Amino acid sequence: MAETIAFYTLSVLILGLAVLVVTAKNTVHSVVSLVMTFLCVAALYVVLEAEFLAVIQILVYAGGIVVLYLFVVMLVNVGRPPEEHRDPRRLSVLGLGLAGAMLLEVAGIVAYSYSRSTSSVTAPAGPSPVQGNTEELGWLLYTDYLIPFELASVLLLVAMVGAIVLARRDL
Amino acid sequence: MDLIWLIPVLPGIGAALNGLLGIRYFSKPVAAAIACATMAAALILSIFAFAQLLGAEHREHVVTLGHWIPPIPLQTVDGLGAFQAPWAFRLDPLSGMMILIVTGIGFLIHLYSSSYMGHEPRGAYVRFFCYLNLFCCFMLTLVLGSTFLVMFVGWEGVGLCSYLLIGFWYHKKSAADAGKKAFIVNRVGDFGFVLGVFLIFFTFGTIDFREVAEAASHMPVEGAAFGVLSTICLLLFVGAVGKSAQIPLYIWLPDAMEGPTPVSALIHAATMVTAGVYMVGRNAVLFSHAPMVMTTIAVVGGVTALMAASIGLVQTDIKKVLAYSTVSQLGYMFLATGVGAFAAGAFHLMTHAFFKALLFLGSGSVIHAMNDEQDMRKMGNMKLYMPITYVTMFVGALAIAGVPGLSGFFSKDEILYRTFLASPLLWGLAVITAGMTAFYMFRLIFMTFFGEYRGPSWGHDAEGHADQKDGDHAADDHGAHAWHGPHESPTLMTAPLMVLAVGAAVAGYVGIPAALGGSNAIEHFLEPVYVAESAAHAEEGEHAVAHLSHAAELGLMAFSVLIAGLGIALAYHLYVRRPKRSEELAANWAGAHRVLTNKYYVDEAYNATVIKGTMSGARGLWAVDRNVVDGAVNGAGWLTRALAWVSHVLDKYVVDGLINLVAWICAEGSYVFRRGQTGLIQNYAVASLFGVFACVTVYLVVRFMG
Amino acid sequence: MMEITPAHYTVLSAALFSIGVIGVLVRRNIIIIFMAIELMLNAVNINLVAHSQQVENLVGQAFVVFVIAVAAAEAAVGLGIILAFYRNKETVNIDEMNVMRW
Repeated sequence: MAETIAFYTLSVLILGLAVLVVTAKNTVHSVVSLVMTFLCVAALYVVLEAEFLAVIQILVYAGGIVVLYLFVVMLVNVGRPPEEHRDPRRLSVLGLGLAGAMLLEVAGIVAYSYSRSTSSVTAPAGPSPVQGNTEELGWLLYTDYLIPFELASVLLLVAMVGAIVLARRDL
Repeated sequence: MDLIWLIPVLPGIGAALNGLLGIRYFSKPVAAAIACATMAAALILSIFAFAQLLGAEHREHVVTLGHWIPPIPLQTVDGLGAFQAPWAFRLDPLSGMMILIVTGIGFLIHLYSSSYMGHEPRGAYVRFFCYLNLFCCFMLTLVLGSTFLVMFVGWEGVGLCSYLLIGFWYHKKSAADAGKKAFIVNRVGDFGFVLGVFLIFFTFGTIDFREVAEAASHMPVEGAAFGVLSTICLLLFVGAVGKSAQIPLYIWLPDAMEGPTPVSALIHAATMVTAGVYMVGRNAVLFSHAPMVMTTIAVVGGVTALMAASIGLVQTDIKKVLAYSTVSQLGYMFLATGVGAFAAGAFHLMTHAFFKALLFLGSGSVIHAMNDEQDMRKMGNMKLYMPITYVTMFVGALAIAGVPGLSGFFSKDEILYRTFLASPLLWGLAVITAGMTAFYMFRLIFMTFFGEYRGPSWGHDAEGHADQKDGDHAADDHGAHAWHGPHESPTLMTAPLMVLAVGAAVAGYVGIPAALGGSNAIEHFLEPVYVAESAAHAEEGEHAVAHLSHAAELGLMAFSVLIAGLGIALAYHLYVRRPKRSEELAANWAGAHRVLTNKYYVDEAYNATVIKGTMSGARGLWAVDRNVVDGAVNGAGWLTRALAWVSHVLDKYVVDGLINLVAWICAEGSYVFRRGQTGLIQNYAVASLFGVFACVTVYLVVRFMG
Repeated sequence: MMEITPAHYTVLSAALFSIGVIGVLVRRNIIIIFMAIELMLNAVNINLVAHSQQVENLVGQAFVVFVIAVAAAEAAVGLGIILAFYRNKETVNIDEMNVMRW
């Protein structure tokens, strides 16, 4: 029951904050909403018993990436409103409509499929006895997925170099 | 006699020396000395050769130097013939007489020129002698040549020298034009001559004079029909007409007086212009086989004589009078040859050479004295200033007028007599001409040497100093020295005059007619030339037939003398006793006078017909060229351009059009699609979102509706 | 209330993803667009974690780690590009970013 309450609360928070992120006029507000969203998602991870990912979410997303965004928002101190100019050929409304329609469709599909197969699928569901999720994930990453893991670190190095090069004054 | 080839070569050497080296290096005396020396050598050689000829049994000698054109096969009337032209020279009585005339008179004129041309600059002086020597070289070649081709070399050479010498003062346009006129008019005649030579070779297979004469003598006389001999003779006569200035080609000779006076004397009086007569005489056998052509020659000669003499009546230019007189006398010579009196023609040729050269040189002396004034109206009373010239010219005038005892009398009366035998009508023409000749010659003498002095005044030493200073100084200065009035010419000029005067007086005594108790030596001397060897005897017999009694001959003689006397008396009356009367006459007969002064408008007629015709023909051809030939070319060009234009249009609108159409279709067709290419990333994202949406929708439909 | 099933998470994920999509398609501020992309990545992560828990397999969670790494790299490079562009064009409006257009 606690899970249900947590899920709905967090869902409402996540979606509401996400809507704020997307709709805020002020970019800083948007960034703040984003941090909140990330924190809520981290909480949801905890509900889903993925503590490690929750920590990672807070450290990397809320602590790293969002700070990066904040920096950029501060650096890009535009004199005029950033969305003043609007290309008449943009298809914003169509995109909005399509996205909404797709959401409805996906929701429909999911709801219908689960309503048809609730009895069979939900049987094994329940709180998992798995404890020490972090240790197992560490085992997995350093054994089966060692090479992708190392590649990810190389990717990050490359991204770092690229970001530094792009941020140079003389570019 | 074997050295006769040297006679033409010697003046040629002189010409080469003067022409190649002299113009650059020789002084005036050296050039004159070389020219005179070569002529003197040629003269001496000629005299020796002539003396040997007189002594020889067989009076014909041919010297062949070598082959000019080796025998080459050429088509003739009867099969293939061998055309060959050796450098052969023939000495016989006719050419012997001619070389004496040419070298003798030529030498005198060279002497005369050395003084007469003294005012010329050195280069022109040397050039003059070069031309003069060259002329003698060619003239002697012409005379001595043994074949038609060698003769033709000389024939063309003298034409060239004539052109060069007429145009000697080439900076004067009239002189240059006169030179061209002479050359071009002569071309007409030369054309006939060359055609005649071709026909001769085609007919006889040879071009040697003697062989041709032999062959021709065996052919029948073409009395009725106009056959090949007549054609040949007519063509040759065309050549003679051009060279000897007969109607209708005489017009160049008066204009040729633009040349220096010694040239007029030598070329246009004594030698070159008689080449036609010589040529006809040389081919006497041919011509005597073509009676129709002979008649033509006689008529042409007679009419020319009369016409030229009538023009001479009113000319005021002293040299023009003599020029028309020359044409007239040449007409006489042709008249003589035309009636068959070849020897009489040659005789007159010789005497005419003497007295006409004398008259020309005398007139040159007068012109020289009058500071290059040629208009007789500005002369007068010259006998006071230049007695030698006066006396010698008077002798010359008497000779040409036919006063008994002088050379002209004998030769002219011989012609008149033979003409009377052939045709009294022509005789009438000739007698009238003789009267005119006497009139205009003495008109010349009286206007020049008698009456009052009418020329420009000159500065005497004591008086008239002032007007010379301010007036005539510049004009007088054109020569090397100022003009001090008419004066006798230097000895170098008068000496030839005197020699020629003696010649003009006595030359006739070689041909005293039988009626006056003579033996007509020259006629018998020349006779062998005029008949083919085989036919000599027959001809002699024929001659004996046509004879009048001595009394009748004497009567004719007296009549012509009377006519001449009348002419002289009339001239004396009109120009010495009552000078005004001549002007009144001219005024009363203004029409006739104008016609004569304008030379019967012959030049104008030629201008209007031949020259205009040629010009308009050329213009017509030009128009054809411009319109038809150029038109065709331009048309082709236009057609090409038109086709190119069509091709261009095709390219531009069809080929390019197709390509452009494809491009246009692409451009227009892509317009619809291009609108999707906004460059807005989000639109592309919408498109991909649409794709996802479509997939989901399909899934939805398949899963739940299907 | 009913039990929470993976379907709920899936719908939540879809909703969050759709919000991200709408943000990407509607906004013109490129920084906000980037943030919307982060939202979309989070939606995917939620999905992965939820189903990983459902099937009791940690591979899904391992994959989320990589997604986060890639997201970090993407954010770093993308923001670098935004900075460089802003220095040259003085704008962060995506409608004005058309220098590469034909």
